[in-house]
Amino acid sequence: MPNIQRLKNLSGQAHIVGVGESNKLGKVPEKSPLAHHSEAAINALDDAGLELSDVDALFTAGWSTLDVAEYLGIQPRYTDSTSVGGSSFVIHVAHALAAIAAGYCEVALITHGQSGRSDRAPIPRNPGTPMAQFEAPYGILGPPVSYAMAARRYMHQFGEDRTRQAMAEIAVSTRKWANLNPMAYFYDKETTFDDYHNSRWVAWPFHLLDCCLVTDAGAAIVITTPERARDAKNGSVKILGAGEGHDHSGISQMPDLTSAFGRYTGPQALEMAGVTHSDLDLAMVYDSFTYTVLVSLENLGFCGPGEGPDFVADQRTAPGGDFPLNTNGGGLSYTHPGMYGIFTVVEAARQLRGQAGERQLDNCNLAVAHGTGGLLSSTGTVVLGAN
Amino acid sequence: MTNTTPKPQPLPQPETDRYWEGLKNEEIWLQRSKATGKFQFYPRQISIHDPASGAEGIEWVRVSGDAELFTFAIVHIAPHMGFVGDVPYITALVQLAEDVIVPTNIVGIDPEPENLQIGMALKPVFEHHEDGQTLLKFKPA
Repeated sequence: MPNIQRLKNLSGQAHIVGVGESNKLGKVPEKSPLAHHSEAAINALDDAGLELSDVDALFTAGWSTLDVAEYLGIQPRYTDSTSVGGSSFVIHVAHALAAIAAGYCEVALITHGQSGRSDRAPIPRNPGTPMAQFEAPYGILGPPVSYAMAARRYMHQFGEDRTRQAMAEIAVSTRKWANLNPMAYFYDKETTFDDYHNSRWVAWPFHLLDCCLVTDAGAAIVITTPERARDAKNGSVKILGAGEGHDHSGISQMPDLTSAFGRYTGPQALEMAGVTHSDLDLAMVYDSFTYTVLVSLENLGFCGPGEGPDFVADQRTAPGGDFPLNTNGGGLSYTHPGMYGIFTVVEAARQLRGQAGERQLDNCNLAVAHGTGGLLSSTGTVVLGAN
Repeated sequence: MTNTTPKPQPLPQPETDRYWEGLKNEEIWLQRSKATGKFQFYPRQISIHDPASGAEGIEWVRVSGDAELFTFAIVHIAPHMGFVGDVPYITALVQLAEDVIVPTNIVGIDPEPENLQIGMALKPVFEHHEDGQTLLKFKPA
């Protein structure tokens, strides 16, 4: 089990000093996934006032660090290709904290790049996995089908109408945030509750507007020691708490369809950081689907099981509401290339450094970023603090 | 244009051969832990209920296939080219009488939410494929 006393000693021992996206998000057929990795890396390093030659640790998912390091022309002394879905990059933030504190490295680079919309290469599948044997032949493959079945079970346990209303609230409030983010895919497109209810079915009970975008995008994060963070060009953000883990791979093996692993990683990250829910100014919660947000808020402990629909009611999570959630516009309305988790950390860092433009929150000092990967399979949570 | 992309087929592994061979004979065989009496799905080299006993701790048991609907979705946009001709279709997780969850399709009813009640009784349907495995699907009992 995690040793919380030792984790508390680790709290704050590394800082985020740079974040960035690739130059263009959305439909980008003219760039490969590795091109997104490289653009985002350069942009994040520039944000930090550093260069690729300063990097001595590389973290990525979806690709091997072997391929990404070779493409970037770097020779890392610490390497981590932990790949457990879209949460991986949040987990990398915690791994970088531990590696820096242990002395393995000083400048950690986390990169992401995916052409979810335009990739010329097919998604590789191993037909021998249990999921490929027992789920895929029945057309249970790809995230929407699996998450939809989890959402339907939640509806059964906690009420169909109030769950439907909560999913609509999340879709609409997230779009309002996207309307404040010029990088968002739906920056110029508003949405209403009617739009939500009238959008076509993808996998009942999911409407199209319950589902994240499918885009081309990349992002990167630079993390270093507290000492080197003092020289950061645009300020730094403390990594205060973290948790990671998973409890299944395929949806049919999920122990409880209404509770994901954030029930452990959320409380652990907060305890390690020495903070409580009421201290938090921002929640960045991976929104692969509206349902993912609903269940994650409960798992993180913002409310109890089945209380999510009341928690998000009346556009409480929209701009101007008293619970700012997914202020970049989320995977639902900003960008979602397949493994979106890194973007939760990028936005949290921007808000904590006061660099979020029109959507900047007042007095944003403490944020939680929470990634969910696979088929509600893995989660990674970090608590970040302004410096 | 006719879509000819095949559906993904199960590729049995050594420890799952018996399950898939059973379906071809319209029999459902599951693994049970000898020590705890608890079933598991899918077949493994060890029982997750008694891992220390290894393969020796497992027995295969033929079961009826009586099940209840645990949850479902109605797929309208095919997640794979092989299913384009099938939409809308019903995916489901069903709970067998032996207390294991099995991923499957519900067949024999129109794919409308009002036709599906969580907890409804189901019975097995064996769907044989000429050049592949037999799939275990379910219909209302």
